[in-house]
Amino acid sequence: MAATVAVVKQKPEETTTVVYEHPLVVRIAHWLNAVALLVMIGSGLRIFLAFPSFGPRIPQQNFFVLPPRPLTIGGWLGGALQWHFTFMWIFVGSGLLYVVYQIVTGHWRQVLFLPRDVKGLWPMARHYFLFSPKPVVDAAYNPLQKLAYTSTIFFGVVSTLTGIVMYKPAQFWWLAWPMGGYHFARSWHFFAMLGFVAFIPGHLLMVAIHGWNNFYSMITGWKREPEYLE
Amino acid sequence: MPDEAPNDPKPSAEDSPAKGPGNPAREQEPAAQAASEPEARAAEVIERERRGPSGEPVRSVTFAERKRMNRRELLKLVPLIAVGAVAIPAFRQPILNQGLRFSDWTAGALFGRHRLAQTYSDREVAPFEKFPYNFYDVADPGVDLEKWTLTVSGLVQRPGDYKMDQIQAFPKVVQNTRHVCVEGWDVIGNFGGTRASDFLRWIGADPSARFLEVTCVDGYYESIDMATVLHPQTLFCYEMYGKPLDRGHGAPLRLQMPTKLGYKQAKYLDSIKVTNVLLSDMRGYWEDQGYSWYGGL
Repeated sequence: MAATVAVVKQKPEETTTVVYEHPLVVRIAHWLNAVALLVMIGSGLRIFLAFPSFGPRIPQQNFFVLPPRPLTIGGWLGGALQWHFTFMWIFVGSGLLYVVYQIVTGHWRQVLFLPRDVKGLWPMARHYFLFSPKPVVDAAYNPLQKLAYTSTIFFGVVSTLTGIVMYKPAQFWWLAWPMGGYHFARSWHFFAMLGFVAFIPGHLLMVAIHGWNNFYSMITGWKREPEYLE
Repeated sequence: MPDEAPNDPKPSAEDSPAKGPGNPAREQEPAAQAASEPEARAAEVIERERRGPSGEPVRSVTFAERKRMNRRELLKLVPLIAVGAVAIPAFRQPILNQGLRFSDWTAGALFGRHRLAQTYSDREVAPFEKFPYNFYDVADPGVDLEKWTLTVSGLVQRPGDYKMDQIQAFPKVVQNTRHVCVEGWDVIGNFGGTRASDFLRWIGADPSARFLEVTCVDGYYESIDMATVLHPQTLFCYEMYGKPLDRGHGAPLRLQMPTKLGYKQAKYLDSIKVTNVLLSDMRGYWEDQGYSWYGGL
């Protein structure tokens, strides 16, 4: 941790330990997805404003809070749809790239939340929220991280499938069935968005806490003197 | 903090997790370098048996080499800046237009010419009073229903003006289908009319033509891809709920396509034209302002 400031103090002949933590494909997928996700949320909220309701039009029951316009992208419904229908390809494409890469390389084992990770959740949460000592984690990611990262894949899959049902209900009507019908696609799509919105602040907070060295590893892949090697 | 000489791994290295498979070739390479180039030896050495928690390569590097490695990896991400082009106003609209065009192209490729949109039982149909009128208040063009004709032009063998009874001479198709608005609401309605494909065949429309352009008495206009026009559920609709179209719903004739969004379902039809060419500012009333041209469901 203290090493964060020591960057400039390292003498030319001194060596330091670096670990290649994030492969290029993962970094590309991460940043493309980050941009696309923000655009999808912003433009999606503008699309929602055109009919801020989840039920039938008559009687129309507007949602109890409306997204503030400055947080939306596109200016009007047509503009927002253009953003949404452009960035959906980047969103889904980068998501697929990541998932396929994780499967092919076997890296999914580091990050997929499995039932055996459940018992480690509470000690980890206690460490983060109640400042109890950090549990020993002998893996790339702790159970809470696995849950967070795995949930984003889940939200991505849900938002994509519900999006397809809303976008092409006549072609993919059979996809609406497991969602509880065509009208529920809109609700699940919205819930998936809320899932991402819940993930982002926690993710950014952890990035901020762990400092520049950790953040920079998602850009160059190399992390200097990670704590698990100490 | 590990502080090891690159060629001399401490025994403590054995304690660290070594999950990744050993790679003898990689391990010998630094040693060979070390013999010839002492400086390079320190620069980049994969530590023997040392791996990250998931088998990631661990290296001991000098400050200069670390900078070089970081820069090399950073440069690989530079192409991603291209996405930022949408932040530049001059590039934004062309990029979004291309995105929309690509989406439309995909939608057209996925369209099943014989795949039917879902139909619904009479019980599921919304009551007529609940089927919304869009723009009725501001745009009832006051069509003279007695004198109305449909003007047909373009790539057809028999162009001209057609009366309502000529359009109604074909088998009437009645269907309960979902009308979906681009805004996000929808309503299941009951529609009756002539199959567009029946009428087009009768007037001798070129079956290989690409588009149908329609204009409306109220100044609205639309253009539809021919695959959708010839879809078995695409109607020249003159009835809703068993009664002639009322003025709010586009009397006397409108398009009804359960495979398209609401704004494609032009009301108050005035003329149709079979064509292979669409003018860029005549693709459709809303499409020319930025909506998807394909507008498919």
